[in-house]
Amino acid sequence: MLLGHYNYWIVIVLMMIGFYIVIAHGNLIKKIVGLSIFQTSVFIFYISMAKIDGGTAPILAEGIEQYSNPLPHVLILTAIVVGIATTALGLALAVRIKEAYGSIEEEEIQNKDNLDC
Amino acid sequence: MLVGVAFAIIWMKDLLSISMLSGIYGLLSASFFVAMDAVDVAFTEASVGAGVSTLLMLVAITMTGRSEHPVRHKPLLALAVVFVTGSLLVYGTWDMPYFGSAEAPIHQHVAPRYINDSMQEIGVPNIVTSVLASYRAFDTFGEVVVIFTAGIGVLALLSVVRRQEDIEKIDSFNNSMHEQHLVLRIVAKMLIPFIMLFAFYVQFHGDFGPGGGFQAGVIFAAAIFLYTMLFGMSTAYRVINQSFMQILAASGVLLYGSVGVISLLNGKEFFDYSVLSSNPVTGQHWGIFLVELGVGLTVASVMVIIFFNFAGRSENSPPPVSKDS
Repeated sequence: MLLGHYNYWIVIVLMMIGFYIVIAHGNLIKKIVGLSIFQTSVFIFYISMAKIDGGTAPILAEGIEQYSNPLPHVLILTAIVVGIATTALGLALAVRIKEAYGSIEEEEIQNKDNLDC
Repeated sequence: MLVGVAFAIIWMKDLLSISMLSGIYGLLSASFFVAMDAVDVAFTEASVGAGVSTLLMLVAITMTGRSEHPVRHKPLLALAVVFVTGSLLVYGTWDMPYFGSAEAPIHQHVAPRYINDSMQEIGVPNIVTSVLASYRAFDTFGEVVVIFTAGIGVLALLSVVRRQEDIEKIDSFNNSMHEQHLVLRIVAKMLIPFIMLFAFYVQFHGDFGPGGGFQAGVIFAAAIFLYTMLFGMSTAYRVINQSFMQILAASGVLLYGSVGVISLLNGKEFFDYSVLSSNPVTGQHWGIFLVELGVGLTVASVMVIIFFNFAGRSENSPPPVSKDS
């Protein structure tokens, strides 16, 4: 059963890809994309925990005994919509920064700030 | 599952066509969720991840420029940090329960009660809906408020005050641009009513099949986005009143909250729907119906507000000039 944890490993790989994008890239929009990959990896983590072998979707029907766990589904369902709302807020901030600084590259913004002082 | 990872890796080295890739990524994770039996979640992810978020990202990119600087700060250090964190996390998984095992601790606490008793207590076959709108209604209320707040935030950051001459200027610009796509417009005209109808179906059928306020709100908003993209901002502004959308967003939250207050006033706990009708199960039906309606209203109108403010800004302002301060 060495492979019994593979779902967690995939989640970790995805999460680390998102994390790398957030810390290594200077472009603010790219950072937001990285954050959303990170976010999705958490979604996948929750959903994969809810899965039961031989279970079906949690909609009650006759003749079915085993359902997957509905609670993580609820949590993630709302988290996705909240995620898009907060991503939109982040993009709005990026747009405003572009208008104020003429750039969304982290380093150029910092240079401009340093010049101003 | 692995395909998703492969796509995510491709992503790291390209330019800002990444927004397209993020759409593909959204669709892939949606199909993953279907494979994991989470149909409601897949529904949401398909409409949000593959549709709305890609669109918003594209609109944002038109305003901020699409090329990315190749410079990265200290990629080796970042890689090292990522690698160490990753291996620590992998180490942490040794104690985790195996994938798909029914004995995992997560399946032992409240989940059996939801699965076994929700039919008697709530009377709704879709367990996800009954947990979302009844057992954990307070939670969901908080999330709706977060969405509403994000909408207000975007409004505060990007809202544009339009002057009359601006609108006329855009008008002439729009008409020349949008008249070319005749086929698209006719196809869209046929499609949009069906998309909206489907949104309503998802909204009101959420008790029995996958669906509910969150998904319906996003799908409904997608229909309006499609309309706006093909017929231009100014036409859409004439059809959909902005302040009306704002009132709608607020009234969705208000509707949700007042359902809770009604049960408080009747001497029950917050969001105890059994007071809404003489029969507790019918009361639950009413409660879920109202709450989902509130969610749908808020989500749809907040999405429309966000999109209009982004798009309105990009059509309104020429490429921004950096101000010397």
